Amino acid sequence: MRGKALKLAAAAGLFAGFATGAFAQQKNVTIGVSIPAATHGWTGGVVYHAQETAKQLEKTYPGLKVVVKTSPDGASQANALDDLSAQNIDALVVLPFNSDELTNPVGEVKKRGTFITVVDRGLKDASIQDIYVAGNNPEFGRVAGKYFVDNLKEGNVVVLRGIPTVIDEERVTNFEKAVQGSGVKVIDKQYANWNRDDAFRVMQDYLAKHPKIDAVWASDDDMALGVLEAIRQAKRDDVKFVLGGAGMKDMVKRVMDGDKMVPANVSYPPGMIATAMYVTAGQFFANAPMRGTYVINAELITKDNAKNFYFPDSPF
Amino acid sequence: MTETVLRTTPEKRRFTVDMRALSPFIALIVLVIAGALINPDFLTASNILNVVTRSAFIAIIAVGATFVIAGGGLDLSVGSMAALVAGVMILTLNNLGGGDMGTLAIGMAAAIALGAACGLANGLIVTFGRIEPFIVTLGTMGIFRSLVIWLAAGGTITMRSSELRELYRPVYFGDIAGIPVPIIAFLVVAAIGALILYKTSFGRHVIALGSNEDVARYSGVPIWRVRTLTYVIQGICVGIAILVYVPRLGSATPTTGLLWELQAITAVVIGGTALRGGIGRVWGTVVGAIILELVANIMVLSNFVSEFLVGAVQGAIIIIAMLVQRSLQRGR
Repeated sequence: MRGKALKLAAAAGLFAGFATGAFAQQKNVTIGVSIPAATHGWTGGVVYHAQETAKQLEKTYPGLKVVVKTSPDGASQANALDDLSAQNIDALVVLPFNSDELTNPVGEVKKRGTFITVVDRGLKDASIQDIYVAGNNPEFGRVAGKYFVDNLKEGNVVVLRGIPTVIDEERVTNFEKAVQGSGVKVIDKQYANWNRDDAFRVMQDYLAKHPKIDAVWASDDDMALGVLEAIRQAKRDDVKFVLGGAGMKDMVKRVMDGDKMVPANVSYPPGMIATAMYVTAGQFFANAPMRGTYVINAELITKDNAKNFYFPDSPF
Repeated sequence: MTETVLRTTPEKRRFTVDMRALSPFIALIVLVIAGALINPDFLTASNILNVVTRSAFIAIIAVGATFVIAGGGLDLSVGSMAALVAGVMILTLNNLGGGDMGTLAIGMAAAIALGAACGLANGLIVTFGRIEPFIVTLGTMGIFRSLVIWLAAGGTITMRSSELRELYRPVYFGDIAGIPVPIIAFLVVAAIGALILYKTSFGRHVIALGSNEDVARYSGVPIWRVRTLTYVIQGICVGIAILVYVPRLGSATPTTGLLWELQAITAVVIGGTALRGGIGRVWGTVVGAIILELVANIMVLSNFVSEFLVGAVQGAIIIIAMLVQRSLQRGR
């Protein structure tokens, strides 16, 4: 308790020092960014983009300070939010681990008058957020389904699902809706947990079970890599292509290079954290209305536009 | 009189032991028949070879786990350890940069060495720290997992040299006289494991330690050394499993080896090794690993199980298989 008070006093003192010091004419703003730690590919991308954007924003807007904090689970993220608000942040950009657990902690930060931007996973109470930057999972499934209808036209498709979650459910139901009534037939779907090894195993079994598979919706790039290896081993040439998703750099590179088995991809960019940070900074430095909801489109990545989605330095 | 009694008792005991050791094999045969009834494609050579090949990682790791568990210990860290060893092996290969056999050999040696070192760490903390192995290996499980996430910066560690990948690829996808290399690998590992456990004094010490630590100590078994060595053997087995794992996808991710520890322990127990220690069955363990993989395969091949219920049916099959085994043993 005492430690915390001291920290607060120190932070306040530091802040006051800045405000009255050399930067007195400048606008001083601190943005706190709270995101999940890099525990799998996609969140690794989120961390990368958050750190890159923090550097760029601080360069663009003198007087702006961006503090990025990563947390390995929901409970530690709640603690990280406490620490951030103790640093007198003016705005918080948060990609919550899960909606239920973090709605109250973010609400507490809001009560201090902090500007709140929520990314990807919405909170239970939408009135807390000033800005909401959302990924579009139903669209992710729809775009993928439309790609099969347009390019395969007819044939047998097998589907690999992720981990049983709302995200996966939204993607898969909308994929099925998109191919309904077309010649594209979903002949099998199984969970492969967004995991390469599981996808390899499921695909081997699909190949043993179905004599003719025309295309695969792997719904994720990690799974697509496992699927491709299984097809290569089986030496089956009935499979025309594999569609992954999320825009992993290795896969985007293959799209760019015109790989026949990987003709396209569907984006679900971890860079949406950058979008959120830019609009939040805009709230303080631009004379424009920023409050609202931004839905990041799930876009079809093809050979023509792949270079816009290729980040060779990102870990994802 | 005494002579005859002495002579008949071992005979009888050997008979019961054989039946107990046989029951996992019987469960395996029942599963194969069930699989064939569910989908005729199940019995194709390519499907069976795929499934047995896939079970290689868990089988090899579980041979090590047989030693640890038979000796009265437990190792929960093997999945994370596998991910770490795979990550470090790939990074070593990438840093060496070459595409020749020598590079590969150094990478492989690094994998085995790191596995052994991780196992040694587990063993020393358990023995010298006198802490429950459950807690120790739960701790190292977190440590190994975080290290690989850190090394990968949350992304993927991938073999960069495609030349090396092609050179290494046959270790998973190749075969010798029609038998895939991973199957040969786990048969060799199991044979060596069985030899050590059944034919050496060290093996007998492990069993003695697992059945009763105090008795073992008074009988002059070097408890600490034997216990530590079981964890080292486990670590080496993880290293060997990774030698077969890396050529498959050429990459390690933070989700590599997730829940392998539970699969390995399940394989060991299905195989007839007592979870409380004192009984170890290496060949049963291998069959246990194959059974686990078969159940998953049958689930995908069947047309009547909804993908939402796969886990439930898998769990039920494993429990039923164990019940069948137990009833066979009671029947003796």
